[in-house]
Amino acid sequence: MNYEAVIGLEVHVQVRTASKMFTRVAAGFGAPENSLTDPVVLALPGALPVMNREALNQVVKAGLMLGCAIAPVCKWDRKNYFYPDSPKNYQISQYDNPICVGGSVEIELPGASRNVMGAHRAVALTRIHLEEDVGKLTHGAGGSLIDFNRAGTPLMEIVSEPDLRSADEAFAYLTALKTIMIYGGISDCDMEKGQMRCDANVSIRPVGATALGTKVELKNLNSISFVRAGIAHEIRRQVSVVERGGAIVQETRDYDGQTGASQSLRSKEMAHDYRYFPDPDLMPVRVDEAWKARIRAGCPELPFDKQRRFLSEYQVPYTITSVLVPDRALSDFFEEAARLSGKPQAAGNWIANDLLRELGRAGIPLGASRVRPAHVAGLVKLVEAGAIPGPAAREVFAAMMETGEAPEVIVDRRGLRAGTDAGELEQWCREALAGDARSVADFKAGKDSAINAFKGPVMRAAKGKANPKLVDETLRRLLRDA
Amino acid sequence: MSAELIFKPITELASLLAEGKVSSVELMRAHVARTRAVDPRLQAFNSFDEADALSQAAASDGRRAAGASRGPLDGIPVGMKDVISVAGQPLTASSRMLANYVSPYDATVTRRLREAGAIIWGRLNLDEFAMGSSTENSATRTTGNPWDLTRVPGGSSGGSAAAVAAGEAAAALGSDTGGSIRQPAALCGVVGLKPTYGLVSRYGLIAFASSLDQIGPFARSVEDTAITLGAIAGHDPLDSTSLRNPIPDYRAGLDRPGATWKLGIAREYFAEGLDPEVAAAVERAVDHYRSIGCEIREVSLPHTKYAVGAYYIIATAECSSNLSRYDGVRYGHRSAEAADAVDLYFKSRAEGFGAEVKRRIILGTYVLSSGYYDAYYLRAQKVRTLIRRDFLNAFREVDAILTPTSPTAAFRKGERAADPLAMYLSDIYTIGVNLAGLPGISVPCGFTRGRLPIGLQIIGKPFGEADMLAIARAYERDHAWSAQHPEMNGA
Repeated sequence: MNYEAVIGLEVHVQVRTASKMFTRVAAGFGAPENSLTDPVVLALPGALPVMNREALNQVVKAGLMLGCAIAPVCKWDRKNYFYPDSPKNYQISQYDNPICVGGSVEIELPGASRNVMGAHRAVALTRIHLEEDVGKLTHGAGGSLIDFNRAGTPLMEIVSEPDLRSADEAFAYLTALKTIMIYGGISDCDMEKGQMRCDANVSIRPVGATALGTKVELKNLNSISFVRAGIAHEIRRQVSVVERGGAIVQETRDYDGQTGASQSLRSKEMAHDYRYFPDPDLMPVRVDEAWKARIRAGCPELPFDKQRRFLSEYQVPYTITSVLVPDRALSDFFEEAARLSGKPQAAGNWIANDLLRELGRAGIPLGASRVRPAHVAGLVKLVEAGAIPGPAAREVFAAMMETGEAPEVIVDRRGLRAGTDAGELEQWCREALAGDARSVADFKAGKDSAINAFKGPVMRAAKGKANPKLVDETLRRLLRDA
Repeated sequence: MSAELIFKPITELASLLAEGKVSSVELMRAHVARTRAVDPRLQAFNSFDEADALSQAAASDGRRAAGASRGPLDGIPVGMKDVISVAGQPLTASSRMLANYVSPYDATVTRRLREAGAIIWGRLNLDEFAMGSSTENSATRTTGNPWDLTRVPGGSSGGSAAAVAAGEAAAALGSDTGGSIRQPAALCGVVGLKPTYGLVSRYGLIAFASSLDQIGPFARSVEDTAITLGAIAGHDPLDSTSLRNPIPDYRAGLDRPGATWKLGIAREYFAEGLDPEVAAAVERAVDHYRSIGCEIREVSLPHTKYAVGAYYIIATAECSSNLSRYDGVRYGHRSAEAADAVDLYFKSRAEGFGAEVKRRIILGTYVLSSGYYDAYYLRAQKVRTLIRRDFLNAFREVDAILTPTSPTAAFRKGERAADPLAMYLSDIYTIGVNLAGLPGISVPCGFTRGRLPIGLQIIGKPFGEADMLAIARAYERDHAWSAQHPEMNGA
């Protein structure tokens, strides 16, 4: 029998804000243990939460970018459970009224090759809600230690419908989601820093069936590749259990990305009763139309929309767009260079190939690059105008990387400019024609390649600095008139 | 001089200080001496820090000498219920759980009192985590009633009420979730005011039930109460439930000669269980208002009978969650016996909490549980809405409502300790005010034949503290109850 997988993802994304979700202390990664704490973070007696408006703005922005309906009121609930990383032993979250409902994430499935765009489709979202992150436990021989620096960091939970059908789709979903979050400035989604974390609900069913199978929750999938590998492994495991006549048990499993194996953490019987109720310390916050309009005005173009526009508006090849678009700053860099040069394809090539290669080699981020869009545009224009020959262009590019000087300055200082004195070039061409009457006759007789016989003497006269294109044009004009 | 300073109203002490007839240090020494003399029998204080209080007093004298006095509270000792954070001082909630806990920060009310120049004085006993009506649920000590030490001071702010009544502090702060300021004020013969929900910041107050808790003042006169309230009221960005209403000058609006009000009497508040002596005293107070030209109208609060039930669902639900943080992990009592994390929770909480706190945590956990939420918590919230609507309907006809504060005067220690339900009924007249978020004040309105104080409760409109205080003052002006002080004899 053939089976299909049904997958839903719950993705936790830390929201980028200066301070924590319910207090003024800074939110961040890498500070000394327990330094990002205060009475609210540590849940000292008497401390009270106050909502960070910026965190709400960020989640509303995420919701608007993903086409969610935004709840008219942001309401807070308490999720009660005891765990040492949770200072209050309840988490402030959103239970029955999430701030964002519905919406979707557009994904691109793998194409036939990396040069070919794959199929696109929308993966439906159930909801997005805002909550607070917990602290971090470290277990050692001498006991367990708790670092509360992460506790209280704004965290949004993005829940998809069981709308994904393969590990590759899950991979594409997370990649697209991450790009959108980074585009919106909502999160950096660095999974190594725990800024993005994913749990997957996986079940299988015979192809053609509509009822859902028993689901297994996979936890601790701490990179996008592990998500793909973990889901693929779980699908194989479930198929093998069912084919051997067994039944899938509803449980939570832990996938180990290093060993590629999973083990059961707990079964459904141990499910919590979280005793949700509205948090009496926090008043509901009205999110009115004007508020939403302000945030909508700050939403960037979505990555796939931008890619489609680059393809149609600039006629840039798919491979170039798929390098440029995932990085918002890079795509902005490209658009600026394209606009300044008027030659988007050439600008795209320089950026996607030479610039990225050189920055990568030097370990320099784009933001610190000495080469700015105007440099690329200047270089493109010099080449297009025939002012410098191809090999010289590479030399100019390398010098720009080095010095940050304008390409025109480099060309002039290094004497790389193709001979620009049309009169002088014409004189050299006339001399070459006069010195080889036989080739002139051959050309006139229809032997086009005879023109090459003149180019050597012209280049010699020009000491190699003549623009070959211009030489060719001048020779043809003179031969036509001769 | 020292003994004469005790029992003087803040207004008079402020004049003596301003005129240089007494220093704040002398005033503080007098209160320390009084406390040392009576507290071994009264047991109102969990602790006090004499050196710290005297240094605050010296600072106050310094300000006055420099012409930088901060007003009528500058240099006045104000006691603090031991659930209100004071930086560097113990914060025990009268619980074993926090026996060794010292707060690293000031509550907003503490900061505001400091800004008004008040001396933050002592940690006052209460029912553990403010759960109770007699202060007998304290894990630290049993406070007596200054009028009869064999009787309770009421609760949960029993230490605050007793300290003010016994002259150990000129004023005190308490917290009121279901009557915990007004009921002990009535039982101890002092003035106690529970503000409108949202008027006073809860930041730094150990939470019992967040949607009901309010901090408020105790004092020996309405005017002193108005002064203290004025110092602590106002919006606080650290408390999302604090409101931005402007704060009037409560003291300036107190005396309104010739002013008359429409005052409501609710039949539901003069029902079964009301002690006849209390009823008679309250009726005499009503007669007084009538005699000064107030119109007395009967109003109906038909959902009153559901108030205690709704209260014990909402308050316990919130407390079950609020008290989760006391787990022995970061601070507070940690069991020495724990085998693992779960065991640490069980044992630390089993050892750290007293019986009444556990009873309420269990009840609150139950009513929030899956499958019971709708039947209990959600329904209780609906009842709460109806109770608030009752009051708002009544306030279309009247300016304030007069009731007894407590159905009885102070009862004997141990009398109700074994019967939680009887204890819960001590708050029957005060709980509705918390559920509706309204202000309420208890003012002394006489004594029983056994010389136990009786309190009159005046319930005001939302943010109607100024009128409520003026109405209270209109009674107090013609009744010298606050001139009588307990002799502190007996057991």
